[in-house]
Amino acid sequence: MRDGLGAVQSVLVFGGTSDIAEATLRRLVAHRTRRVVLAGRDVDRLGEIAEDLRARGATLVECVPFDAVDTSTHEALVDDVFERVGDIDLVLVAFGVLGEQADAEQHAAAAVDVARVNYLGAVSVLTPTAEQLRSQGHGTLVVLSSVAGERARESNYVYGSTKAGLDAFAQGLSDRLVGTGASVMIVRPGFVHTKMTAGLKPAPLAATPDAVADAILDGLAAGRTIVWVPRTLRPVMSVLRHLPRPVFRRLAL
Amino acid sequence: MQTVLTGWGRTAPSAADLVTPAGTAAVDRLVTQAGRRGIIARGLARSYGDAAQNAGGTVLDATSLDGIGTVDRTTHTVSVEAGVSLDALMRRLVPQGYFVPVTPGTRYVTVGGALAADIHGKNHHLEGSFANHLESFTLRAPKETVVAEPGTETDVFWTTAGALGLTGVVTDVTIRMLPIESSLMLIDTERVPNLDVLMERMVEGDARYRYSVAWIDCLRSGRSLGRSVLTRGDHAPLEALPPRRRSDPLRFAPPTGLAAPPWAPTGLMNRVTVRAFNEFWFRRAPRRRLEHLETITSFFHPLDAVQGWNRLYGRRGFVQYQFVVPEDAAPTVRRSLERLSAARCASFLAVLKRFGPGNPGPLSFPAPGWTLALDIPAYVRGLGDLLDELDRLVVEAGGRVYLAKDSRLSPELIPAMYPDLDRLRELRARLDPSGVLQSDLARRLQLL
Repeated sequence: MRDGLGAVQSVLVFGGTSDIAEATLRRLVAHRTRRVVLAGRDVDRLGEIAEDLRARGATLVECVPFDAVDTSTHEALVDDVFERVGDIDLVLVAFGVLGEQADAEQHAAAAVDVARVNYLGAVSVLTPTAEQLRSQGHGTLVVLSSVAGERARESNYVYGSTKAGLDAFAQGLSDRLVGTGASVMIVRPGFVHTKMTAGLKPAPLAATPDAVADAILDGLAAGRTIVWVPRTLRPVMSVLRHLPRPVFRRLAL
Repeated sequence: MQTVLTGWGRTAPSAADLVTPAGTAAVDRLVTQAGRRGIIARGLARSYGDAAQNAGGTVLDATSLDGIGTVDRTTHTVSVEAGVSLDALMRRLVPQGYFVPVTPGTRYVTVGGALAADIHGKNHHLEGSFANHLESFTLRAPKETVVAEPGTETDVFWTTAGALGLTGVVTDVTIRMLPIESSLMLIDTERVPNLDVLMERMVEGDARYRYSVAWIDCLRSGRSLGRSVLTRGDHAPLEALPPRRRSDPLRFAPPTGLAAPPWAPTGLMNRVTVRAFNEFWFRRAPRRRLEHLETITSFFHPLDAVQGWNRLYGRRGFVQYQFVVPEDAAPTVRRSLERLSAARCASFLAVLKRFGPGNPGPLSFPAPGWTLALDIPAYVRGLGDLLDELDRLVVEAGGRVYLAKDSRLSPELIPAMYPDLDRLRELRARLDPSGVLQSDLARRLQLL
C-alpha cells in the first residue's frame, strides 16, 4: 500500500531498462518499495537492473518479457502480473522511442513504428492496468509524456505527435479514475540526457534522469496530477504554445 | 456504493464499497459473505491513517449501530451497541452521574473504535486503557460469533483489544462506567520550563491525580527544550462547586462550536503560525494555579470545539506520530524532541504522558513508560526520513508506535514493536481462516 507520505511498497514498470525508470526505481527502493516487476524487451539488461535493486534492498524483483508493439499480448500480461504479485501501488509507463525523424519523414513504416510503440503500446498497457487499479481500489499510474507533445515542432513532430496523443489519453483516463481510489500522474520532461537522446544537441533547460526521478517522487508525495521537469518548463511551454506560428517556426527549436 | 475514504489525517485515500448494516443480522451477513478483498468495520474515522480503509473491498459503516441501554445502578455498567459515540454516551449518561471510564482527546470516537484501538486517556497511569473497563463484548467473525469476557474467551477478549478490527466486527459492548458527582473538573495547572523538570514533576506527582497530561511546545530547543503546560486533576466533587452550580451539578451541554473552513492552503500550518500558537498556549496557561474548575470539554476535548480541524492542514493532510518507550528510556524522549526541534518541523503542541501498566492484549499499544504524540503536516520535506529515524530510536529503547495513529511505519519494524503478533494470526486461524477481515493498514504493515 501507498503510505501517508506517498511512499509505495510495490511497483510495476513498463520499459524497465529506461534510464528514467532505473533512476526512479533506485529512489523508490531506498524508501519503502520492496516488490518490483520489470517489464521490457532487453531481458539481459532487466536482469542486471534486478540484481542491482535486490542489492539495494528489494525483496522480490521479477523480470517479464514485454514488447510494446506486441499489443495483443498486453492484457494477458498485465492480468497475470497482478494475479501473481498481488496489489501494485505504482505503475510506471516509461518506454518510448524517439525514432529517426528524417527517416520517418520519408518512410511511412518508420513513422508508424514510432506511433506503434509510443502511442498504441502505451494505450494498450494503460487500459488493462487502469482496470486492475480500479478494482484494487488504489494505485497510481505514472505516465511519461513529454513537452514535445505540447506543441509540435518541425524537428521531431512524429515523436511529438505520439506524446501528444498519449498525454491526451492519460488526461482523460485521469478524469475517469476520479472516485475510484486510483489516479494518474502525467510527467512532462523537456530534453533529458538519456540513451534515447544520446548524440542529439541538448535543448535549453535539459534535465538528467535523476532530476526526473526526483520530480516523480516529489509529485507522488504531493499527489500531483501533472509534473513538469524542470518546473520552469510549465510557464515556458505556456508561452511557446501560444506563439504565432511564423514566430514559433523561426525559433528553430 | 464505491466511496473514497481516508483517515483523520487525510492521507493515502483508497476506494471501497461502503455499506451500512441495518442491524446485527446484517452484520453477520456482510461478514460471512464478504468478497475477495474482504471487509473491515469503520466508526467515526478518527484513526489518523488507514486502519478503517479497505481498498477494493467492503467497509462496514458501524455508526448505524447506535443503541444505548440503561445503566445498572449497582454494578455501574451499561450495554451499548458498538457504533455509539463517546459523545452520545456522555450526553446521555453524564446527566445521570456517569462518565466514560476512558476518553481520548475527542468525544467523536465510537465504542467499537475505542476497543479496536484499545484507546487510552489521561488516566492511563492509574486506570489502564479502554479494554480494562469492559465487562464483555460480542464479536462477529466469519466462522463464529463469540461473547468475550476477560474471564471467558480470554484470548478473544485480549487479542481483539487493539487489533484494529482484524478479529471481527464488534456489535455489543458492556462498559463499567465511572460514577461522578458533577460534570466539572478540578484541575491543577502549571507551566514547566523544560523536559527534565516536567518528567520529574510527573514521576513524583502523577499518582495523586486521576488525570495527568502535559502539552509540550516542540519548537523550543536548548535549555527550554520541553517547555510545557502540565495539567492534572479529577472530577470535581459536589462540595467543590460554587453554590449556584450545586442545584444542577451534572449539566452537560457541550457547544457544537465552530467548523473549520472546507479548504485551507497546504502551508497554513507552518513554523510561524505554529510557533505563534504554541507561544499563545503557553502564555495563556497560568504559571501555577491549583484546584480551578474546568468543563469536561475544555479539559478533555479542546479540539472538538473546532469541527473538522483536520482540514486546516490542507490538501496533503498530516500525520500523527505517537510512541511509547519504557520509563528508563527518558533519554529517548529527549532525543526525539531534539531531533524534531532541530528539523524545525512545525509540530503543533505535542503531548507527553506517563503510562501505567499495560494489559495482556498483544496488540494493545500502551505499555509502562513515556508516551509522546505529535501532529506534523505531511508536506514537511524530509518528514519520512525523520520519522524513520525516530522509529529506530524507539525500537532501540524497547518501545513501539501506536498503530491506530500510524500511516507510514515500515512493516519491517512490526515484529520488534509487537512481538506477540502471532497471537492475532492464531486467533484468525480459528475465527477467520479464509482471511476475510482486511484493511489497508493490515496490508501495508503485513499484519496478516
